[in-house]
Amino acid sequence: MSEGHSTYTPKTGIERWFDARMPLPRMVYDSFIAYPVPRNLNYAWTFGGILAIMLVSQILTGIVLAMHFAADTSLAFDSVEKIMRDVNSGWLLRYLHATGASFFFMAVYVHIFRGLYYGSYKAPRELLWILGCIIYLLMMATAFMGYVLPWGQMSFWGATVITGFFSAIPLVGEWIQQLLLGGFAVDNPTLNRFFALHYLLPFMIAGVVVLHVWALHVVGQSNPTGIEVKSKTDTVAFTPYATIKDAFGMIVFLFFFAYFVFYIPNFLMAPDNYIVANPLKTPAHIVPEWYFLPFYAILRAITFNIGPINSKLGGVICMFGAIVMLFLVPWLDTSKVRSAVYRPWYKLFFWLFVADAILLGWLGSQPAEGSYVFMAQMATLFYFAFFLVALPVLGLIETPRRLPNSITEAVLEKNKGGGHHPAGATAAPETKG
Amino acid sequence: MSATDTQDPNRRDFLYVATGMAAVVGAGALAWPFIDQMRPDASTLALASVEVDVASLTPGMSLIVKWRGKPVVVRNRTEQEMKDGEAVKLADLKDPIARNANLPADAPATDANRTTPGKEAWMVMVQVCTHLGCIPLGQEGEFGGWFCPCHGSQYDTAGRIRKGPAPENMAVPVFKFISDTKILIG
Repeated sequence: MSEGHSTYTPKTGIERWFDARMPLPRMVYDSFIAYPVPRNLNYAWTFGGILAIMLVSQILTGIVLAMHFAADTSLAFDSVEKIMRDVNSGWLLRYLHATGASFFFMAVYVHIFRGLYYGSYKAPRELLWILGCIIYLLMMATAFMGYVLPWGQMSFWGATVITGFFSAIPLVGEWIQQLLLGGFAVDNPTLNRFFALHYLLPFMIAGVVVLHVWALHVVGQSNPTGIEVKSKTDTVAFTPYATIKDAFGMIVFLFFFAYFVFYIPNFLMAPDNYIVANPLKTPAHIVPEWYFLPFYAILRAITFNIGPINSKLGGVICMFGAIVMLFLVPWLDTSKVRSAVYRPWYKLFFWLFVADAILLGWLGSQPAEGSYVFMAQMATLFYFAFFLVALPVLGLIETPRRLPNSITEAVLEKNKGGGHHPAGATAAPETKG
Repeated sequence: MSATDTQDPNRRDFLYVATGMAAVVGAGALAWPFIDQMRPDASTLALASVEVDVASLTPGMSLIVKWRGKPVVVRNRTEQEMKDGEAVKLADLKDPIARNANLPADAPATDANRTTPGKEAWMVMVQVCTHLGCIPLGQEGEFGGWFCPCHGSQYDTAGRIRKGPAPENMAVPVFKFISDTKILIG
């Protein structure tokens, strides 16, 4: 699995010339052709590749959109409308970019939940996991600042609320908030710097992705059984097996993406953002983009003071704490078994957690009043209990099911009834893990 | 050990530490302008004051002016609103401090302290929710004052936080009546 010895043999003169000077073809060959992947990877593992193409797509569409966008409060809204109406193919590029952000997050959530389900974060993959969490944080910052650029009502008030988080910090909060805004309220300096940073951060994401893939190629991929690769029969070559499977996953994903882009491009966008920003009027109902809703629900769930911590700071702490939990997962989970396939209790709690995250997302989209507040408080409690109680305790009290001796054994056992030839096992969708 | 070894700490140790310190201070001095440029610039900081003519406001009417990029509400309160505001006990308040820039920082949040002497009917207040900066809606919510649609904070008729996640009463800016019908904010 690890870097190990290279099996690359340059065949032509030019390949040998390169190999002696800068062995880039060797690196590509070792990383994407000969690289051994576990033979039992299911379609949940195709989302890494999907995320890579989404990042490239966002950067490409973003760069061309920047050529038509004006980062000035008096021009921004109109320049986006100009892209939609006047710029050749501008509507397509903008919809690809705006809908692409949503699909980027859909893919990253599948990717994160896959990691949680199969215990992909456990030793020796802690650093790989943390690099992923950093990418997720950078994605959130990028998406937030990008959403401000069209300068609609939701852009403006979303920016006001989110930069308001920082004013909750005792003593220096106000100073930090003004540092971020470049003023006392969201205004032209804010728009300008958000544009600059929105252009910068994707390249930082690309940088951390390189580290993420590097770490992956050192420790190797996990797999649905959670058992480490033990022999050559446990793996297949990246090309053609993983390449084709990833490509097929991408095609299906892009099919859904294209459906949204061409048929319901505004489905995931707030209609209020087609009203130009007005600093004197808050929309009746502020909602962030769907991918932030669970955290938004947690923020609003804290309506009470906790000792010396007032409700505002408490909400902000819980919201950031919800993300910090992800960083701590490798050390919170005490189980020696990686995959939920062999952990009946963890499997149950995992699906409860997924349901809880969806419930929080729905609550985040509802007004903060009446029974919604109480439900959000309970869902927040469960969110933290999953990480702080279920993960450490289950590992100690749960009796895992018998683990197969190897990936090969698990695959062969599964295909016994189906009558597959073992060689075909890798191509069969292992949907249930 | 070699012959060049002398007692600790020697001259070389001192030079290492001094060089290191110079590098740290230099890096900090270089980084500061990059952070400093983010802060509100001179044009933003220029303390603009606004003069408002309130002659047209009969009791129960409000107007909103923009001051420092934020909305400031001027409201001529009704008798009932003043009565409701005065009836509130300090102990019932989530934030017992007046948050009035014209008074000492620890003044209690009585109804009178939220206004200006002799003009108790008039609320002049930065109409920005102290939670996360949304603009509350006037004359709504359980206390007949302001209601923030974003996260459900409820303020009473004197702009004091009564319920919901906001931690403080809405801020009263520096202002004065320069005549019976004119207010200077800032």
